[in-house]
Amino acid sequence: MTDTQDNPETYSAAAEVGAVRKRRTRWERIRLALKKAPPTAWFGMIVVALYCFTAIFAPWLAPYGEAEIFLEPYAPWSAEHVFGTDQIGRDILSRMIYGARNTMGIALVTTFLAFLIGGGLGLIAAINRSWLDQFLSRAVDVLMAIPSLIFALMLLSIFGSTVMSLILIIAVLDSTRVFRLTRSVAVNVVVMDYVEAARLRGEGLVWIMRREILPNIMPPLVAEFGLRFCFVFLTIAALSFLGVGIQPPTADWGSMVRDNASLIQFAKYDLKAGLTPLLPAAAIALLTVAVNFIVDWFLHKTSGLRDDH
Amino acid sequence: MTTETKTPEKGDVLLKMRDVRIEGFSDEQWHRIIKGVDLTLHRGEVMGLIGESGAGKSTLGLAAMGYTQPGVRITGGSIEFDGIDLVAASEAEKRRLWGTRIAYVAQSAAASFNPAHRLLDQTIEATTRMNILPEAEARRDAIELYRDLQLPDPEHIGERYPHQVSGGQLQRVMTAMAMSPRPDLIIFDEPTTALDVTTQVEVLAAMRKIVEEHHTAAIYITHDLAVVAQMADVIKVLRYGEEVEEAETRQMLTHPEKPYTRSLWSVRALQKREEKGDDVHLSIEGVDAAYGSAKVLHDVTISIPRGKTVAIVGESGSGKSTTARVITGLLPQTKGVVRFNGEVLPPRLQDRSKEQLQRIQMIYQMADTAMNPRQTVGEIIGRPLEFYLGLKGRAREKRVIELLEMIELDESFIDRFPSELSGGQKQRICIARALAAEPEFIICDEVTSALDQIVQEGILKLLLRLQKEFGITYMFITHDIATVKAISDEIVVMYQGRVVEQGMKSEVLSPPYPEYTRLLLSSVPEMDPDWLTRLLAEREAEQAPA
Repeated sequence: MTDTQDNPETYSAAAEVGAVRKRRTRWERIRLALKKAPPTAWFGMIVVALYCFTAIFAPWLAPYGEAEIFLEPYAPWSAEHVFGTDQIGRDILSRMIYGARNTMGIALVTTFLAFLIGGGLGLIAAINRSWLDQFLSRAVDVLMAIPSLIFALMLLSIFGSTVMSLILIIAVLDSTRVFRLTRSVAVNVVVMDYVEAARLRGEGLVWIMRREILPNIMPPLVAEFGLRFCFVFLTIAALSFLGVGIQPPTADWGSMVRDNASLIQFAKYDLKAGLTPLLPAAAIALLTVAVNFIVDWFLHKTSGLRDDH
Repeated sequence: MTTETKTPEKGDVLLKMRDVRIEGFSDEQWHRIIKGVDLTLHRGEVMGLIGESGAGKSTLGLAAMGYTQPGVRITGGSIEFDGIDLVAASEAEKRRLWGTRIAYVAQSAAASFNPAHRLLDQTIEATTRMNILPEAEARRDAIELYRDLQLPDPEHIGERYPHQVSGGQLQRVMTAMAMSPRPDLIIFDEPTTALDVTTQVEVLAAMRKIVEEHHTAAIYITHDLAVVAQMADVIKVLRYGEEVEEAETRQMLTHPEKPYTRSLWSVRALQKREEKGDDVHLSIEGVDAAYGSAKVLHDVTISIPRGKTVAIVGESGSGKSTTARVITGLLPQTKGVVRFNGEVLPPRLQDRSKEQLQRIQMIYQMADTAMNPRQTVGEIIGRPLEFYLGLKGRAREKRVIELLEMIELDESFIDRFPSELSGGQKQRICIARALAAEPEFIICDEVTSALDQIVQEGILKLLLRLQKEFGITYMFITHDIATVKAISDEIVVMYQGRVVEQGMKSEVLSPPYPEYTRLLLSSVPEMDPDWLTRLLAEREAEQAPA
């Protein structure tokens, strides 16, 4: 009566109906996913790849050094200085290229640290569900009650604006949101029978966290990582713009906007000069948009929503 | 919408499906789900659709409404409902039929009600929306339906919200909702699968009564043969999206023609010869346990002999699973002791040694949630090997393959993920995981209740074989008496956190019964189409003189 199934008149466990799916290797699945990615996701991925390339190979790509000073400050756009020079005569293009490395590097480290702190504590809170959970959750509530930019400004003026304190302060402040997300998705997984089975087996906390829970909450965390990266990036840029972020002579897009902000009023005389302070701002905006495109695609893919066929 | 001025004759053809073909989309391609099925349903007739999961029962049931789930399409054939072509009908036309002339009762009533609205408002929603009855009249009618369905306090139960009534009550309210606009056809999709046996009887009786009184035609989808025997006039057996056979209920039960149908029937005949065991393997002595301040176990004493199977039966909330949690140490008891091999087990999981943990393993009801979806079969079975026995690399893989063969699967399963397995295969992997630890004692928590009958039989046979080979002791938690007969030596009946009785299978299953045991046993559907009628008559006769 059917050609695809085994002889239907006998029963065998291995031939049981249901599981006739083809196994795909991880590579095949990734290739398939990429092939079906929408143009926006491709745009995002290409932009992010370009940024990463620029950041990694900055010393080779930049025409001049990061803090190399030339004679003419506020030089106009020319063949020599493609985007001109800044207020003390540094090449803007070079600083933008190095800026990619500094701003993105610091943002990446900060985001990782925020995930390590927030994610780790969130998982522990979700598994533990006792006074520790209460303590951590309320502590996070308190931290979140204070406007984070103002809090960061305050802490930075107490501890000083070094790269290290910048990373630590932003990481701790951002880890509160990661904590909340991790805890809320992890509590749904913790109640699963397989976590109970691992506990009954006598597995330790680290194994349960890393092997049983983490793989199952990865999709929302990865998506959050992208968004969090954008926020950290914007926070650093904002702090730098306010003068307490990355300190000169290290190049950074946020402070570059501030340093050259006054040029914008010359736009009516020389449009290009007016554009100069907008370039680092545009670089920030483009990266943010690109990362969000990727996150959107990823979320759509993992949320299980399928397009109607 | 009063198309029927005169009541149509019982016996007219209401639904005619011819050569229906349906495809579903998964894994980047279309798969055939229904491969050309014919179905004819007359007015007032109840048809039972049975088959294992994946047979296409629910898809066909939904197609009878002209509906397909997202990612599913009807590719051929005709579906004609009372002269209306449902394949060609527009969405708007179908929407006018749905909820008014064709109603649907889903498996999970809890998930089908809107928690933000009162039951009565939801019951009459379709009726008033289509102006079949004015609102006040619809309300009065709904209360009548509640009364017919034997819901407690029919005048006021409609004022409650879904979370304020029990699962069985909610299922009956859903039936009332389906009946409210007096549809011509109701589709019941496994409406009692999620209920306790004692509740199931009430719901079945109520549904049958109301369907009979109003001459409503119905399609009843289930995998429980005994249930369908009570409800249906005609039974259709499906497999792999094709019809195996169709016949009147009585004939189907007594003279199934196809071997597949016979194999479905034979499951309930599985029976183990009971054996008495003297050597106590695990004993629970005077145990009390509580969740917070709610005490759920009261002075529970059970003793389980070595190498035998003790079935713990009772409805949900009777403390069966809590007893298991006490034994495993997940819920430390507040009073009493648990002895294993004569020595007292520490109440808390954390205080038990690795060896104590290894000796007692557990198999869960829902194999889906008992396996980490991100681990392969090899990792799932391999972990206890590594954790308890220290096996690594090749040795571990070799043992995993041995275990797979022991559960009648093969090497090819080793790098599959749980989502790539069928229900029965998943449960087998869970059994292999428990076996990997080389345990003496396995707690089986409703391990077959989520499975199809034929798959259940396979799992039960496997468990019996493993017991014979390795002398494993089982504590088997279930509410299904057929399973109890198939596997157990002794039976413990629990009710509201207390042990009602413990004894050999033959003693417990024969009179005289304590009150609760009798209620429980009599509620288990039998493969006899007259069983429900007889049972209701008996219960009524008992109440009458009182």
